[in-house]
Amino acid sequence: MAATDTTVVLKPRPQVVAHSVPRKRLSWIEWVTGTDHKRIGILYLYLTFAFFVIGGVEALLLRVQLGAPDNTFLTPQRYNELFTLHGTTMIFLFIIPVFAGFANYVIPLMIGARDMAFPRVNAWSFWMLLFGGLVLYGSLFFNPPEASWWNFPPLSSVQYSHSGGSDAFIVAIHLIGLSSILGGINFIATIHNMRAPGMGWSRLPLFGWAMLVTSYLVVVASPALTAALLMLLTDRHYGTHFFIPSVPGSGIREGSALLYQHLFWFYSHPAVYIMVLPAFGIVSEVLPVFARKPIFGYKAIAASTVAIAFLGMLVWGHHLFTWPISTIVFAFFMISSMLIAVPTGIKLINWIATLWQGAVEFRVALMFACGLIGTFVIGGISGVMLAMFPVDWVLNDTYFLVAHIHYVLFGGSVFGVFAGLYYWFPKMSGRMLSERLGKASFWTILIGFNVTFLVQHSLGLSGMPRRVYEYPASAGWTGYNLVSTIGSFILSAGIGLTLINVVRSLRHGRVAGPDPWKGNTLEWFTPSPPPANNFDAIPRVRSVEPMQDLRRAIQRDSERVGGEAARETVSA
Amino acid sequence: MPSALRRPDRTQRPSRCARPRLLRSALAARLAAPVALGVLVACAVLVPVASARALLPQPGASPNQSHTDSLYTVALIMGFVVFLAVEIGLIVALARFRARKDQVAAQIRGNTRLETAWTAGAVVLVTVLTVLVFIQLSVIKNPARSGPAGLALAGDAEFAALNQPAPPGGNALRIHVNGQQFVWRYDYPNGASSFETMYVPVNTTVLLDLEASDVAHQWWIPKLGGAIDAIPGYTNHTWFKISKPGVYYGQCALLCGQGHANMVAHVCAVPVDQYQTWVDTQKAAITQANKDVSDERALQTRQGGSAAAPPTAHELQLQLAEPVGPSYIPPGCNVTTAP
Ligand code: HEM
Ligand SMILES: [Cu+2]
Repeated sequence: MAATDTTVVLKPRPQVVAHSVPRKRLSWIEWVTGTDHKRIGILYLYLTFAFFVIGGVEALLLRVQLGAPDNTFLTPQRYNELFTLHGTTMIFLFIIPVFAGFANYVIPLMIGARDMAFPRVNAWSFWMLLFGGLVLYGSLFFNPPEASWWNFPPLSSVQYSHSGGSDAFIVAIHLIGLSSILGGINFIATIHNMRAPGMGWSRLPLFGWAMLVTSYLVVVASPALTAALLMLLTDRHYGTHFFIPSVPGSGIREGSALLYQHLFWFYSHPAVYIMVLPAFGIVSEVLPVFARKPIFGYKAIAASTVAIAFLGMLVWGHHLFTWPISTIVFAFFMISSMLIAVPTGIKLINWIATLWQGAVEFRVALMFACGLIGTFVIGGISGVMLAMFPVDWVLNDTYFLVAHIHYVLFGGSVFGVFAGLYYWFPKMSGRMLSERLGKASFWTILIGFNVTFLVQHSLGLSGMPRRVYEYPASAGWTGYNLVSTIGSFILSAGIGLTLINVVRSLRHGRVAGPDPWKGNTLEWFTPSPPPANNFDAIPRVRSVEPMQDLRRAIQRDSERVGGEAARETVSA
Repeated sequence: MPSALRRPDRTQRPSRCARPRLLRSALAARLAAPVALGVLVACAVLVPVASARALLPQPGASPNQSHTDSLYTVALIMGFVVFLAVEIGLIVALARFRARKDQVAAQIRGNTRLETAWTAGAVVLVTVLTVLVFIQLSVIKNPARSGPAGLALAGDAEFAALNQPAPPGGNALRIHVNGQQFVWRYDYPNGASSFETMYVPVNTTVLLDLEASDVAHQWWIPKLGGAIDAIPGYTNHTWFKISKPGVYYGQCALLCGQGHANMVAHVCAVPVDQYQTWVDTQKAAITQANKDVSDERALQTRQGGSAAAPPTAHELQLQLAEPVGPSYIPPGCNVTTAP
């Protein structure tokens, strides 16, 4: 098949050119009452990025405390509060909802719909997220939670955490959980029912696949967490004993702390895939556009998404390898966890194969997508090592695990978020982000990230447990910790560059036009930013790359008619 | 160069060496960024690696840890191969297929044979690792035989645990470990107990029964094998066998509250006779302390107090061993500083 798109255009090709960004100032009333998926998407993005910054500041405080042995910068209580808030914020208020933000904005556009299936429910999801965040951070005014993002009993039971922080956590996660379940239902309904004519399952963009599968995971898994937290709440205040172990001497054998762990991880392991599958979806969108080459193995990538999600429901036990459970159960969870490496590996290799023989344009979005491949693989490998449960016994709950989490959630998810940001920002704002600042940001983040977290593997191997607020100088962990702390500041500087880039480009960025990247999917068929109704005419979809078909059709037309091709000619 | 030669079909591309200088410097420019990154990453890896064992767990002082260590090492090597394959693949793809003038991307949508091949490759890799775990599992999980020079305590242990078979020969020292905020307490078979530092004889298989009396804790001495949780309401099991006398450091590894970072654990391995002396002296000291307590209680009852009254502060202090014990510290066990 002949190549259709080269970087050097041989013949001038007609296209819609924008000279300015239509600007309509919205009053705050319109923001608050709006149900347009694009506006809600933007709200999600602003909110989640605000939480990203807050969580990042908390992380820096933690790193400052750990930068020197026997440091007294933070008290143990503050330290515990900060890592609890950091983990909770990053997971529940940043990574999970940030993808809801991107998806809200682009999924209806990508599949040729005019809005989400349930616009008001969509608004409700957003506001529940905001209230959840407010409840969690409201606890700053009395006592923030300090039993880690697991909030696990017995530590989180009323006997050992009497402050209301634990309750704030429970209520906040209820609200956030409601938000993401409603959002999940909405995405499922939208993707199932509102695809453009001709967009069969094998033509759904891969980000659509990722969000669909993620939404199923959310809807299936989240209720387990909600239930566990509700039980914890009644344990704390209404005299139940789901998780409170037998009271010594009373002779009554009551609840089980292990039960909470099962319920919690039944949600929280799939949650890892809820956090990373959408990022994979973004990579699968970005790579083919900038490699100018179709995605390698569309079906394999879509199928691996489904396989990861299915297996992801069966691996929660690998978080419990140190708990009193029989070895045969561990063997099952080891095998299921190992198996996940297979579909994940398929994705990685297919992505590299997508770049192979392409004509790769080094745009920032592509660099972040490739950064994901290069760093996530380290988290994947350490994950396989941790799945071998005897190996997990010597590594779990150490800094090796902290490194692993961050290689997966930062090296995977956050790199995906940044790729998505650089890729879709022109669509959302009508303006381009600066490539130069973006590249500086990318390299700073890549270097800062690895300096911060690579050495943490060694820290864990040399015996430093996670969640300790101090360590003695004699432990020999000082050097690694110092490197890690320095790295965290480099990393923050890199993130800061992107934030500056965003703020600057919102006003002064170059006007993007409808399709600055020569994208493959339908969101690029609309002006940037798209009008309220998205599409005047919804095109018929004939392949996974409808925009290429459209461009080809326009070119054919222009050759026939002689230049002046109008968009209308292709909308069937 | 005639552009007709530049076909998307790469097999027909003129070979690289045919294009002189210009290309080489272009290639150099193209490779600069990836190479710089490679050097940086290599430095980030090599600096810690150079300081010994940066990528390996603590050297084992007990057979279970040594076996885990070898399992880990195999996984690390395989992981490293995968890591290199992915990174090299990625960097080469980016460097070689960077968009250039007239470069045309091949329009390939997949290749079932290749995709099947790397799926099979991944399956083989994880299967090998899984099989290795099963091969090593019993030597890690099941207690080893006590050495001939170990403490002779035949028939001491009862084996109720489904998870932990009896060590061959049956000779083992069984110590009960209790996690509590924020100290470890150890109970020895003869009724002696100690806090924070556990005293054990060398060449003897030591079985640990772990429980907790408040929140969950995790027992972890890096050189003596894997971590294991102490959960209220459950009994968990692990073991170790030390051949070299010395102090082995560890600390609670599961968040247990504000004192979590200070909940340290030391294991001091001493020759069998010294252990025997220690455990006897400790037992005597505790018996004495308990006697003091009951004497005090009797005194108070005589003075009109109730025998069922809760213990007084002084009694508690007498009971809560640390002020009492250890009355005899075997040589080499003086743990005043951390590692
Ligand atoms: C901005 C760069 C980041 C830095 C410097 C950083 C640093 C840290 C530090 C120092 C800890 C505490 C380790 C401990 O005491 O055990 C931690 C824990 C954690 N981080 Fe991050 N982090 C960053 C970004 C993220 C991101 C983006 C995520 C997730 C999306 C994340 C998720 C977590 C989680 C889940 C924990 C565990 C919290 C817990 O133990 O309860 N972090 N991080
Ligand atoms: Cu503890």
